[in-house]
Amino acid sequence: MWKKLEKRTKSNIITYGMVIVAYIVVQGLMMTGNLSSLMQGLLVPLCAYVILAVSLNLVVGISGELSLGHAGFMCVGAFSSAFFSKCTQAAITNSGLRFFLAILIGAAVAAVFGILIGIPVLRLRGDYLAIVTLAFGEIIKNLINVLYIGRDSNGMHFSMKDSMSLNLEADGEILINGAKGITGTPKDSNFTIGVILILITLVIVLNLIHSRDGRAIMAIRDNRIAAESIGISITKYKLMAFTVSASLAGVAGVLYAHNLSTLTALPKNFGYNQSIMILVFVVLGGIGNIRGSIIAAVLLTMLPELLRGLNDYRMLIYAIVLIIMMLFNWAPKAIEWREKHLKFKRHKEKEAQ
Amino acid sequence: MADIMLEIKNLGISFGGLKAVQDFDITIEKEQLYGLIGPNGAGKTTVFNLLTGVYRPDTGKILLNGNDITGKSIIDINKAGVARTFQNIRLFKELTVIENVKVGLHNHHHYSTIEGILRLPKYHKVEKEIEEKAMELLKVFGLEKEAQYKASNLPYGKQRKLEIARALATDPCLLLLDEPAAGMNPNETKELMDTIRFVREQFHMTILLIEHDMKLVSGICEKLTVLNFGQILAQGSTAEVLKDPQVITAYLGE
Amino acid sequence: MSFISYLINGISLGSVYAIIALGYTMVYGIAKMLNFAHGDVIMIGGYVVLVAMTSMGMPSIAAVLLAVVVCTLLGVVIERVAYKPLRNASSNLAVLITAIGVSYLLQNIALLLFGANTKSFTSVVTIPALKLAGGQLIISGETIVTIITCIIIMVALMLFIKKTKAGQAMLAVSEDKGAALLMGINVNGTIALTFAIGSGLAAIAGVLLCSAYPSLTPYTGAMPGIKAFVAAVFGGIGSIPGAFIGGILLGIIEILGKAYISSQLADAIVFAVLIIVLLVKPTGIMGKNIQEKV
Repeated sequence: MWKKLEKRTKSNIITYGMVIVAYIVVQGLMMTGNLSSLMQGLLVPLCAYVILAVSLNLVVGISGELSLGHAGFMCVGAFSSAFFSKCTQAAITNSGLRFFLAILIGAAVAAVFGILIGIPVLRLRGDYLAIVTLAFGEIIKNLINVLYIGRDSNGMHFSMKDSMSLNLEADGEILINGAKGITGTPKDSNFTIGVILILITLVIVLNLIHSRDGRAIMAIRDNRIAAESIGISITKYKLMAFTVSASLAGVAGVLYAHNLSTLTALPKNFGYNQSIMILVFVVLGGIGNIRGSIIAAVLLTMLPELLRGLNDYRMLIYAIVLIIMMLFNWAPKAIEWREKHLKFKRHKEKEAQ
Repeated sequence: MADIMLEIKNLGISFGGLKAVQDFDITIEKEQLYGLIGPNGAGKTTVFNLLTGVYRPDTGKILLNGNDITGKSIIDINKAGVARTFQNIRLFKELTVIENVKVGLHNHHHYSTIEGILRLPKYHKVEKEIEEKAMELLKVFGLEKEAQYKASNLPYGKQRKLEIARALATDPCLLLLDEPAAGMNPNETKELMDTIRFVREQFHMTILLIEHDMKLVSGICEKLTVLNFGQILAQGSTAEVLKDPQVITAYLGE
Repeated sequence: MSFISYLINGISLGSVYAIIALGYTMVYGIAKMLNFAHGDVIMIGGYVVLVAMTSMGMPSIAAVLLAVVVCTLLGVVIERVAYKPLRNASSNLAVLITAIGVSYLLQNIALLLFGANTKSFTSVVTIPALKLAGGQLIISGETIVTIITCIIIMVALMLFIKKTKAGQAMLAVSEDKGAALLMGINVNGTIALTFAIGSGLAAIAGVLLCSAYPSLTPYTGAMPGIKAFVAAVFGGIGSIPGAFIGGILLGIIEILGKAYISSQLADAIVFAVLIIVLLVKPTGIMGKNIQEKV
């Protein structure tokens, strides 16, 4: 039966299987008490990074556009959903339902931002698109840092200056407190939900790639002019890939936000450095290779933690490992050497086709 | 008089003062095999680019099947029934051979994005149709064995054929071939001539082609237009045009 | 009067951006890569001057020269070890990610050597401030030196590219690597030279930046690096006058934005202006428009 399946279907099953097996192994480790609390704390962010990497690969690998603003969409998803959850904490007591709605809101808001940014920006190409998406990500982060929203008996109050200008009544409550962010978001996400969201992301991305729309997106990537000449709308499909990707990044943000008691938009978690980090997952895992993105995201997130014993040297080693892996994977000379000395690589490449 | 497929009147465009094409008139009948020849830089590819909407003409009118398509977008012109190949082959390199043709079928076989992502019954039904149709086209060009190859791994001659197959997948009424025999050896060219004739018979296709290979041109084209410095030098039946002393000095006798 | 003073500060900051952007734009023009580690070379330059002056007691001019030499060598070594092997890689993203790796590497080396604490930087400029309009307008020595240095560098670079053989070789390589190779131009050497010049300029920018804003951490270079990248794109990446104009404009917008709109939103304003410029002119102010031929 396995042999009868198409190569592509097989590859997809392996990807889903890998995620499920990893989930079972981690659950086993947790139950037997073999997973340090540090690692346990890392599980939900890890799921968020996997979703981010897979979704960015849709833009970078499948659509062939360089985006350095992915953390911005994550940020939008995180804040909109955390805001929603905080507002409705009292009204919706069922945390499952509340989180489900939060995910929908995070995804929708990020998608709207994806469309709003995508329409003007996707005309640009290559490095110009990269810098503009980076700029958008930074703007979003900056704006959230000066955003103040409060609530009292008179309704919602809004300011871009400081919490005092909200003019709240005595019974008022600050919901978003500028650079101090949102405190007290319900901790609705957990590892199991994270894995379910990874699987949903995979279904969406893999099924999209292997559909009529996915073919059009890849055709544009390979040759815009030819794609247009056979009647394919460049704008429509570039925007589709960009928006779906943004929306999934928003979902990752929802997951991330509901794992923290305080959510702030720092350069560390939502700045361009984070966007670059996600891009590193995608490139290291193989551009256009969805399974590779997952593996790279997991390994690179774990690596600094595994190296924690080395204290000050860990980020140094991380940087060196990153450079060496890039050279080994991409330098034409290294590829030549590998092909000569490591026969199995050839088989792998054939399979990839 | 036979039905007219394409009628171009007074077509012209200039780039920065340079008149790339001017006073270009042509009338092509249905199912005709028409050749556009001329020395390098004469403006042949520019005519194709005007015809397919890559450039907007400064002057003139383009009628396809009696409908005015002047100044329409590339996509609308393709939807109206004009498909083309490119001088420098433009395949979707990372896609497989059959996927290249499937992309060509894009606008004729629909299911929604949601149906695709959720794999609803319509997805399976339409994908099956697409698969069958694409395979059928590949068979016409003898590419069925290479269906699962990456397009960039095909030998040169087959890449040219795949480009024609992809163009035909959009179900055109007019096919434009830009130097289909470029880079082919005499055997491959001969085979290509058979394929072009076959396409015309099988699909009742009107074909306009740019070519430098005189054997191919005189072998399959019924009518010719000769361009020189953006202007028409001669026009008429192939035999007549190739005898024209002006054509011989300007082009053939160089 | 305060407006003029802001404007001058803006031009001064812009001059630093311009010097960094010149390095960015030259490297981009020739190697077609975004050298994300460029900003961190600035930081290294700052630390070299700091160590040379405080620990080794060198005079400021000698310290600056040392920094230029160290950064130039650093730039050449980075290019040779990390970028050159990837020059013909199948995706140009590979070298981008490697540059990010180099950026992390430089930051963490600095972190290990000098610690995460902010070091206070003694200005290398000894020129007294200029008092104008009866003391209402004060232009600091750093500002004067920065602006003059920037103009000298920019003119020298233009002359270098126009008048020297090596400069012409750079133009040729940036236009078409293959053709330049066929013409007998030493492509590898030319690219190395470009990195050397760009990194040397980064050292100067580092010194000027730290003199004007006298604090130094391992992350000092990152944001100015990104801003300079924005400036380069703003002016039209690959264009030397473009980098100059882009840098100056960016500095002015940033300082005026900080002064009159919001200090927290200054970066957002800079980025917003960039987006607007690119949407109106997709290749930047001085960029060439290249259309793909069908």
